[in-house]
Amino acid sequence: MPSSLPVYTGRFGPEEAERLLWRAGFGPRSGEALRLAELGLHRAVDALVHPPREERLVGRPPVVDGRPLAPRDAYGHDHLWWLDRMVRTTRPLVERMALVWHDWFATSNETVGSQKLMLQQNELFRQIGLGSFKGLAMRVTVNPAMLLYLNGLNSAKGAPNENYARELMELFTLGAGSGYTERDVREQARALTGWTARYRNGAGWVDFHFRRESHDDAMKVVFGKVGAFDWKTAVRLCVEHPRHPAFFVGKLWSYFVPVPPDDATAKLLQELYVRSGFEVRPVVSAILRHPLLYEGPRMTKSPVVYTAGLLRTRGDRIETEDWIWLDAMAGQQLFYPPNVSGWNDQRWLDTSTFRARWLIAERALRKHSFSPEHAKPGERPPGDPRKLVDRALGWWGSLRVSPHTRASLLAYAEKAMAAAIADDYRQRAFPLMTYNALRHLVAVAPEMQTA
Amino acid sequence: MSRCCDEFSRSALLRRGVAEAGSGLPAIEPGMPLPAGTGLDRRTFLSRTLGAALTVYGAAALGPRTLDAAIARGAAAGAGERVLVSIFAPGGWDSLSLLYPAGDPAYRRLRPTIALEPGDGPAFAGDSRLHWHPSFEPLAKLHARGRLTVFPAIGYSHPDQSHFTSRHYWEVGALDAREGTGWLGRLLDAIGDDENAMQGLSLDSSLLPSLATARVPVATLTDPGDYGFWSRNVWDVPAKLLPDAIGSLSGLVDEQEPFLAHASRTAGQAARLHRQLGRFVGEDGRARYESKAKYPDGEFARRLAGLAALLHAGFPIRAVALQAPGEYDTHSDEGGPLANGAKEVAEALAAFQQDLELRGLGRRVATLLWSEFGRRAAQNDTNGTDHGAAGVAFLLGENVRHRMVGEFPGLARGLDRDGNLRETVDFRAVYASLLEEWFHVDAARILPDARKLPRFSLLA
Repeated sequence: MPSSLPVYTGRFGPEEAERLLWRAGFGPRSGEALRLAELGLHRAVDALVHPPREERLVGRPPVVDGRPLAPRDAYGHDHLWWLDRMVRTTRPLVERMALVWHDWFATSNETVGSQKLMLQQNELFRQIGLGSFKGLAMRVTVNPAMLLYLNGLNSAKGAPNENYARELMELFTLGAGSGYTERDVREQARALTGWTARYRNGAGWVDFHFRRESHDDAMKVVFGKVGAFDWKTAVRLCVEHPRHPAFFVGKLWSYFVPVPPDDATAKLLQELYVRSGFEVRPVVSAILRHPLLYEGPRMTKSPVVYTAGLLRTRGDRIETEDWIWLDAMAGQQLFYPPNVSGWNDQRWLDTSTFRARWLIAERALRKHSFSPEHAKPGERPPGDPRKLVDRALGWWGSLRVSPHTRASLLAYAEKAMAAAIADDYRQRAFPLMTYNALRHLVAVAPEMQTA
Repeated sequence: MSRCCDEFSRSALLRRGVAEAGSGLPAIEPGMPLPAGTGLDRRTFLSRTLGAALTVYGAAALGPRTLDAAIARGAAAGAGERVLVSIFAPGGWDSLSLLYPAGDPAYRRLRPTIALEPGDGPAFAGDSRLHWHPSFEPLAKLHARGRLTVFPAIGYSHPDQSHFTSRHYWEVGALDAREGTGWLGRLLDAIGDDENAMQGLSLDSSLLPSLATARVPVATLTDPGDYGFWSRNVWDVPAKLLPDAIGSLSGLVDEQEPFLAHASRTAGQAARLHRQLGRFVGEDGRARYESKAKYPDGEFARRLAGLAALLHAGFPIRAVALQAPGEYDTHSDEGGPLANGAKEVAEALAAFQQDLELRGLGRRVATLLWSEFGRRAAQNDTNGTDHGAAGVAFLLGENVRHRMVGEFPGLARGLDRDGNLRETVDFRAVYASLLEEWFHVDAARILPDARKLPRFSLLA
């Protein structure tokens, strides 16, 4: 077994930099992969895991119906607000980690019913998402949206609610049935009692606080340890549980690499995690340098990664509310994960969500589409099928595709252009139509759905 | 303005997307979070969209060829197979207005402001105390033609007045909060095909719980005319070639790249599905099938019309689930909303039945129309009614045997301690009878309590 973590040593060109940007962010903006490749693997990863402290958004701010977004108030604008950050951020890993935590500590506004509280939780993920997992788990445990979502709120001495206690162990820190018993669930639920808030008409839940009188301060037995545990110790006991590092590493890894690590890698990552004092950054940093990220298979993009990626590639901004329903149709509306275990990463693509991605691509292309009747002479592409295909691939950031996909695109272009012969109107209109269609086809090609 | 209870909005949220074949229904302990994308918000939201298309559940390994082949095979074998359509009316509809006991002396006393007059709706042949709600006149006509069986007091003992729990019982066919598959899903697990996803069809934007299977695939479809691949500023030949071009993106096989290959396969499946549904879609992208009956407007009627067309075209469908339009959780001012919803349901069902009969499908299709419970016999102070127990259900079809199964127990002695109608028929006994008579399956294989339940001879 190697004593140090495997590190990718192959070529780190634009192609590898591009993959890194898809896994650790939302794909490259124009020229970004090239710039990153020039840094080399280590400096590239360092730049991602040590982003500037200040958030800087590039490009034009979003505008819908001539107005800025109202993320705390207007339905779906929370989705647009975050999507905009994904598109314009210069700290892609920060946003990507926020997405990881949104899935890991999945909380749905369906239950919470407050965009304000959801955004507040989101900000927490953004602020400390690369820091200590123990700290993060503690902050999440008493985060208002989570207190509402998993019934931590008003869980009190004498009538503890077990919902959060169970998920804390099953989904957040240890894994189902791994190193805890039903009794531990009940005892942890007692330890977590005491959080409350006030409900104010018009304002909703306010003033979340710990109320000593509601807390069960008697002795508990958790994982065989005895003490008068409270919410802080409840979380600490989970994170310091011997089964936690394996759970943490396995789960975190799965967000970046679609095949599991070998045992040696897993073990070394666990050691790194424990040695660092349960820090997220060193583990992510090691995963982003691992050979499997570059040499392993491509990974399916989630709907928001796909959507944000299309906009980043073209340098476009959020200009429509359509992204809300389009991403929902594709299976991922931000702030509305399907349940407490988050989105099912194995199920992003089926016949229904494929069509949703077709519509997403249509929406992204809409303002760039050429009218065969009104296009200016300079906008008219050549009639040569090969050149049309090259141009369509080039338009999407010089997407590299398999020979099979290229052949499919070319066959389409050839058939379409063959029908253009001997008709003036068609000769004039078909190259443009074919080019419009090719860009649409490229946007749903397998190489575009995965990275 | 009609108001509904908080719990109903929660239950309504759970209406869609709650079941997943193989994963079953979500747990329903108090505090269990709702599945996402199930909200009413989203529902309104989706109605503005082009809608979602066919989704196949529980068939992760299903390749495009097998889907095609299974549909073809099922179509060859399945012409003539029997079909059950289950229609759920959400909210717990007020059976005592839909089939109102104008001839019961207690009726006016219990419902001083919302009682209907004897002359308002047609008399019910079978029990002189009862009248049809005026909106149900189309159902009264079907009843007169011997096409409709009425269950005037259907439910189960020790009724649960939670929308969610009671509906769950009906969906899973058992009084068991933990049952994770639907009763029709278990039927398909027993008699279905391993690859034919069309056998269980949820005509909704997501899988309705009664179709949740453990083993075989099932599918959802919003509208057969709703699966286009249109592209802006592309028409004529380049547009016609487009679906095949999408299909040609499939076939990318690479053992080292399972996710790339899956994305490629999905493109192929999408193109095939588009072709299969294509015969129902006109040049303009709208549904093209011709109906033999005149359907009213609305999504519900459109779905039924599409279903009749799919069945006529030989699609191998065995069990179908969809939701009735209307909101029946009528805690206040119930008259208008109830009448509107009931009218839309009854008119669409009458057209559906006529369409089926004119297509020669009348003897192959039976339709069960139900709600999770009835409502309290006494009205409340806001011209509405609160949650009750037994309610009314209907079985529609050319081969129904009876006008009525189970009697109406009356308002004098037919109410339980809470003032709710007592059931004279257990819904699970209806399920057991349908399973055995219609599908020739031993109900004990499907329903946990089948041996304890009576049977009715419902269908010829």
